[in-house]
Amino acid sequence: MLPFIWFCLVALMIAGYVILDGFDLGAGAIHLFVTRSAAERKLVLRSIGAVWDGNEVWLLAAGGTLYFAFPPLYASSFSGFYLPLMMVLWLLILRGVSIEFRNHIDSPIWTPLWDAGFGISSALLAIFFGAALGNVIRGVPLDQAGEFFLPLWTDFTPGPRPGVLDWYTILIGVLAFLALAMHGALWLNYKTEGDLNARARSVARTLWWPLGLVMLAATAASFSVQPRILSNFREYPWGVVFPLLAVGGFAGMRWSKGELQAFLWSCVFLAGMLTSAVFGVFPYVLPSNTSPTLGLTIYSAATAEYGLKAGLAWWIPGMTLAACYSVFVYRKFAGKVRDQA
Amino acid sequence: MDSALAVHRLHFAFTVTFHYLFPQLTMGLALLIVVLKTVALKTGDQQYNRAARFWAKIFAINFAVGVVTGIPMEFQFGTNWSRFSKAAGGVIGQTLAMEGVYSFFLESSFIGLFIYSEKTLSPLAHWASSVLVWMGSWLSGFFIVATDAWMQHPTGYALGPAGEIRLESFWGLILNPWAWWQYLHTMLGAIVTGAYVMAAVGAFYLISNRHSSYGRIFVRVGVMGALVASLLLMATGDGQGRNVALYQPVTLAASEGLFDTAQGAPLAIIGQPDTNTERLDNPLLIPRVLSFVTYRNWAAEVKGLNQYPRDQWPDNVPLLYYSFHIMVGLGTVFIAIAAICALWLWRGRLFEAKALLWILMLSLPFPYIANTAGWMTAELGRQPWLIYGMMRTAAGASPTVSAGNAVFTLLGFMGVYTVVGILFIFLVYRELERGPEEGEA
Repeated sequence: MLPFIWFCLVALMIAGYVILDGFDLGAGAIHLFVTRSAAERKLVLRSIGAVWDGNEVWLLAAGGTLYFAFPPLYASSFSGFYLPLMMVLWLLILRGVSIEFRNHIDSPIWTPLWDAGFGISSALLAIFFGAALGNVIRGVPLDQAGEFFLPLWTDFTPGPRPGVLDWYTILIGVLAFLALAMHGALWLNYKTEGDLNARARSVARTLWWPLGLVMLAATAASFSVQPRILSNFREYPWGVVFPLLAVGGFAGMRWSKGELQAFLWSCVFLAGMLTSAVFGVFPYVLPSNTSPTLGLTIYSAATAEYGLKAGLAWWIPGMTLAACYSVFVYRKFAGKVRDQA
Repeated sequence: MDSALAVHRLHFAFTVTFHYLFPQLTMGLALLIVVLKTVALKTGDQQYNRAARFWAKIFAINFAVGVVTGIPMEFQFGTNWSRFSKAAGGVIGQTLAMEGVYSFFLESSFIGLFIYSEKTLSPLAHWASSVLVWMGSWLSGFFIVATDAWMQHPTGYALGPAGEIRLESFWGLILNPWAWWQYLHTMLGAIVTGAYVMAAVGAFYLISNRHSSYGRIFVRVGVMGALVASLLLMATGDGQGRNVALYQPVTLAASEGLFDTAQGAPLAIIGQPDTNTERLDNPLLIPRVLSFVTYRNWAAEVKGLNQYPRDQWPDNVPLLYYSFHIMVGLGTVFIAIAAICALWLWRGRLFEAKALLWILMLSLPFPYIANTAGWMTAELGRQPWLIYGMMRTAAGASPTVSAGNAVFTLLGFMGVYTVVGILFIFLVYRELERGPEEGEA
């Protein structure tokens, strides 16, 4: 029971990360396309300025929680995905520096440099995170000791000797990029006014079709790459609520009336997509692509019972406090961002 | 030494050494900013508010670099040290996860408020946001020190059937006797950095005849902070040293350069350890002092390195010895400088004493060197163990990550951090050039 509770809590934290940091990643990924001036790009930054760092903390907190609750999973996946994770770190550094350093100097050299850094790092991170999810769904070549090492690519097919990048994981990367770009566009639509607001809305409307097509393709591909998904849905038909959430969110972001509502539907969409994937491979958290018995499950990867219990005792009050800070900060910085200069 | 292992060690050493240049200023400056804000709140002196605003700008740049260089540290436990993480993650993952949940959310939520919202917050609320940022940074420091303390002196654990290390007592982990001295010592080291940086900037303004009224505030607050912190630093260092004597006696012998067991052991001030001949070359010794500082007894026996088999020795005795001596030596110098400057301050002559102001200004890099040397002492002293007495460093690295891949990412980090370091210095220097009066209402 305790491993299952922690599995849900880690999934909740990852969903929190994807939804919260997702909109600032998405805003970064599209900001070079929706803005027409340095002043507008500054507005984009201001719309996430006070919250992006806190959103990224969800990644660290989720990582730390995963680390203590499922140590073998953390150890195996982090060393196995060594190269792409290091690149994620470099991108996170580039992105953090771009956001924080950009407004220190107002110059035609300094500002565009960091705008580009922010845009490129945000877009690549969205693709990397999607590809990472794709790797987890496809499974990795775990050995008897529960270890593996993936090269960046081999022959680009999800066969017995896959790389981090194959056609399937790239497809999921593209899906993640489109989903977060949509999420970011709806955030900017909600947080800005005037031309920028209108352009963000039109980006969101334009992205809706390709997002839908890639979502269909990725769903079909996932069923063929990971047979377990189909058997899970057959065995537990109630699990269909997760994809229904995603479909509901997908429809809601198109047809809802308000700007905030559209953004919230996008949150539902992301949560639905993520939980569908997690449900599809359950109880595996890192499946093997060669032999099911080698995969890591929530039971084989969980730490001992006492540690999981002790964790609950600090996690619940700690995350309650964290939620209070977040609510406070989001209320403090609520409303449309305006050009104050 | 297996070459992949050497690269993994260098990888962590390089990234953590660079990273810790930033949090030490964050933690020290956070407290000093609270001091400035408190004076402003109590006296209504707006100059102190402007001084706090000036330091908040430097704090923000420093904090950002600390955050982006800190994320790789948590990742590297899994990427480069997977055997260690698999075995011990159930224990040290607790403190690392608590750092995220209890301190990073607090810090990241309120730093935005502290830096961007002074105009929309009441003076009391803005003061409170500075206190919360300080608390967040110090909580973060605690969880990291507690994690390291467990590797130095594991407590609160039991071994499972498969050899995995299980948490057995949460409070045993948090109340590790090693953690508390080390925590206080580390935080005081951070205050010394913050205080000397503040005093150095103040001295820079006074010598160059700019922003003199602020220069005087910075020198006054910096010197007072440096004096109190460096004295307490010595006291906590003594407490920490006795922990080392108790739990890691071989580390004590190596850091002191003591090869032969002696009653009434001397303290080596300088000298070069030669591990081939097992003696200290060109030593300058003070008789009996090592016995006294370790055991409070002039004649007590202190065990030398020759009492231990070589495979128990820290694997880099000379570097450990020098790190320790640099830390202690600089710590002593910090007390001397702060005491003389405080005396001159009390006599009302410090702001005209050019020589002392020059010394304060030029002292800026040394707290960074001392804090780095202190951490090198702790971590080299822990060798050859990753978890003291339980897991050798060689047994903890990731088995699937080759030297070639690790060198690739190490070079990548070296490149990225060089650029980040240059940008940091450039931006901070610009803020110093602008000075505290820029953008005043």
